[in-house]
Amino acid sequence: MQRFAELLDRLVYTTARNAKLKLLEDYFRTTPDPDRGWALAALTDGLPLRLPLRKTLQTILEPHVDPLLYRLSRDYVGDTAETVSLLWPDARDNAPPPQISEVVAEVSSASSREFPRVLEKLLDRLDVKERFALLKLLSGALRVGVSSRLAKTAIAQAFGRTVEEIEEAWHAVSPPYGDMFAWLEGRAERPDPGRKATFRPVMLAHPIEESDWQSFAPDEVAAEWKWDGIRVQLCARPGDVRLFSRAGDDVSGAFPDIVQAFAHTQGILDGELLVLRDGAVASFNDLQQRLNRKSVTGKMLQDYPAHIRLYDILFDSAEDIRSLTFIERRARLEAWYERFRPSLADVSALVPFLAFSDLESKWQAARESGIEGLMLKRKDSPYLAGRPKGYWYKWKRAALTIDCVLMYAQRGSGKRSSYYSDYTFGVWKTQDELVPVGKAYSGFTDEELLKLDRWIRTNTIERFGPVRSVRPGLVLEIAFDAVQPSSRHKSGVALRFPRVHRIRWDKPVHEAETLDAVRALLPS
Amino acid sequence: MRSRPESWLYPTERGLYCEPGQFHIDPHLTVDRAVITHGHGDHARSGHRAVLATAETVEIMKVRYGADCAQSFTTANGGQMINGVSVRLVPAGHILGSAQIVLDWQGTRVVVSGDYKRKADPTCAPFELVTCDLFVTEATFGLPVFRHEPADKEARRLVASLAANPERTHLLGAYNLGKCQRMIALAREADYDRPIYLHGGLRNLCDLYVRLGIDLGDLRNVMDSTPAELKGALVLCPPSALSDRWSRRLADPLTCYASGWMRVKGRARQHGVELPLVVSDHCDWPELLQTIAETGAEEIWVTHGREDALVHQIGLMGKRGRALALVGFEDEGD
Repeated sequence: MQRFAELLDRLVYTTARNAKLKLLEDYFRTTPDPDRGWALAALTDGLPLRLPLRKTLQTILEPHVDPLLYRLSRDYVGDTAETVSLLWPDARDNAPPPQISEVVAEVSSASSREFPRVLEKLLDRLDVKERFALLKLLSGALRVGVSSRLAKTAIAQAFGRTVEEIEEAWHAVSPPYGDMFAWLEGRAERPDPGRKATFRPVMLAHPIEESDWQSFAPDEVAAEWKWDGIRVQLCARPGDVRLFSRAGDDVSGAFPDIVQAFAHTQGILDGELLVLRDGAVASFNDLQQRLNRKSVTGKMLQDYPAHIRLYDILFDSAEDIRSLTFIERRARLEAWYERFRPSLADVSALVPFLAFSDLESKWQAARESGIEGLMLKRKDSPYLAGRPKGYWYKWKRAALTIDCVLMYAQRGSGKRSSYYSDYTFGVWKTQDELVPVGKAYSGFTDEELLKLDRWIRTNTIERFGPVRSVRPGLVLEIAFDAVQPSSRHKSGVALRFPRVHRIRWDKPVHEAETLDAVRALLPS
Repeated sequence: MRSRPESWLYPTERGLYCEPGQFHIDPHLTVDRAVITHGHGDHARSGHRAVLATAETVEIMKVRYGADCAQSFTTANGGQMINGVSVRLVPAGHILGSAQIVLDWQGTRVVVSGDYKRKADPTCAPFELVTCDLFVTEATFGLPVFRHEPADKEARRLVASLAANPERTHLLGAYNLGKCQRMIALAREADYDRPIYLHGGLRNLCDLYVRLGIDLGDLRNVMDSTPAELKGALVLCPPSALSDRWSRRLADPLTCYASGWMRVKGRARQHGVELPLVVSDHCDWPELLQTIAETGAEEIWVTHGREDALVHQIGLMGKRGRALALVGFEDEGD
């Protein structure tokens, strides 16, 4: 518990990704089993404990803290676990702090009636940092700025593996992952996913560069549309169908319709998850309504019908065909689809072309709803984990740009903490009212950042903590992928993937775009 | 017959006023006669006609505002009578020269504590407890979540981090009066004997402390130093400079901040702090409660900070608590 508490404390105050990785790697390399495994579980999928934590904390705090003082404290601190860790009396018990494994054992064996007493006794053995760590562990959400992916990356780096290898083994293991650490330390075979429907790391593409065009002839690559949904992997075994995001998160719970549609199939497929109405791809915003949910209502299923457009096949029934070429797999995919005919699915069509010029005119025309651009895949490419060079390319349609006015600037973090580097920009709603439409952090050089920072400091109207509002006086040409409706912005719209394209020091602000013009770009 | 204190001591628009003595305590607007608890800007202001304060506080005011920042200074020396009110300045343990103002009039004793702390501090005299009928207290850290760490332990953490990260300049944000000198003295007590580098805004008061007999070791100016010297060094600056342009000259700085607020993670993160040090020159919650109990006062007035929580707690302790609405004090003190 002490080491884990120290780790969390350091992570809370560390913003740089590499520094976080270093802290995590050190921890995983030097902490014994099973504690490091429980810590890993807490950082990824959560500890397998279900507790009435909030209610219990109320009960056990009552003798120690007046309710009004608790409320004032909680309001000030802003986080229940932290508030309780700060309020709990220090060192009432001389027993040494427990290991995480001891915590897990005690808590999971306690009945709900015993739990308050167990928790009290644990808190009594801990100092303030350890109490924070314990309560975060039990609350199931650490919120220390470490994603599940980052934790797995740290494990991979700590033991000289790739994160894809960890992802692949991940579904064969469970907390505290003793067999995985045994494999990583060369003491055992790699854990076998066996009969479970298991995620396999996906293959990703590079943005195409000018020089790439020389490296293949038109007949060496296949082209397909790049659909604007989310990349998913569908794993089907008899009696077990799961849908994973490209990072390996199980999102099946939000898509029971898809799971049902593939119940009779077997294999592992790669595709794009979309909302499809009458054969037309709905906006990404519609798809977002279905994401990040543990379960969905019947109305959601009806209003936002999900669909998978299949790109590739990794396992044909139980046969691993990742080493076949793209063209061979494509034939297997089409045959697989004919065999099972799952509803709510189709195969993404190849885009025929003879010369690249031919393809370019198709790419230029691609601004209809649901298409983000084109994919080019070498016909001889095997299905490889990660983002291997020289096989798959994404050719995104050209970005749109509009001229916006800088409204607010916020201090960055880490290396940028002394610079105003995060920009909220807006367009004209009326002749003299600006409304924000987005926020951009990138697209400028260090030199330009210095200049922007200076401009912001001399044109500040008001300061709100780390944020400054500035007088309307600077036009930013913003590049973005699409306009989507937004309830979070006062303007009712938001730009997707905005970045600063150019800084228009020269341009008068009244020549910036109007809200009506931006609205006209909304998908119909 | 004993007098009710609120009949002769009360807040006015200029500050807390003692009517029979005809003086204000820590007034935030200019007055004829001011009694000053200590040198922080929200307590000691320039422009009063006559000022009564400790010798150290007078020196601090002169360094900050100029030798003519008041028409006349009286250095408190034991007790004195002002228009029939006995006025005694007793160490408050907050910063060098800080004092509680002990008022005796017609059989009633009031202690106006100013800012104070109970923990040891190598740069100032320790707090002296004076029993009284009415105790006037601050409430900067008036929430039960505030418990400061032992300052020497925090200083050792700082020195250990300096040793563990020899490539990184440790940029420590600390108030220019009191906290800055205390952190330097604590680092010296923790056997840190390398030169310590100062932001320009800290120099004058450090020099004054040294002149008044507080040993701070080898102090140098950041301005006069080369980047190579600053690598891995301890640099002190006012908190406002932590994330300002000034810090860009330092190589890969490790940001530290010494303050009671660092107890709360959100506050540390808000300042982009990597190494928060929970060191304060104010009482934490247990010390506030301990002091209130030990003064024996039946009535407690709470000046600035988190009055609502402390007044509530005073009620739970069976005493009369009252929030004094004094303007001009900084909530963010520390």
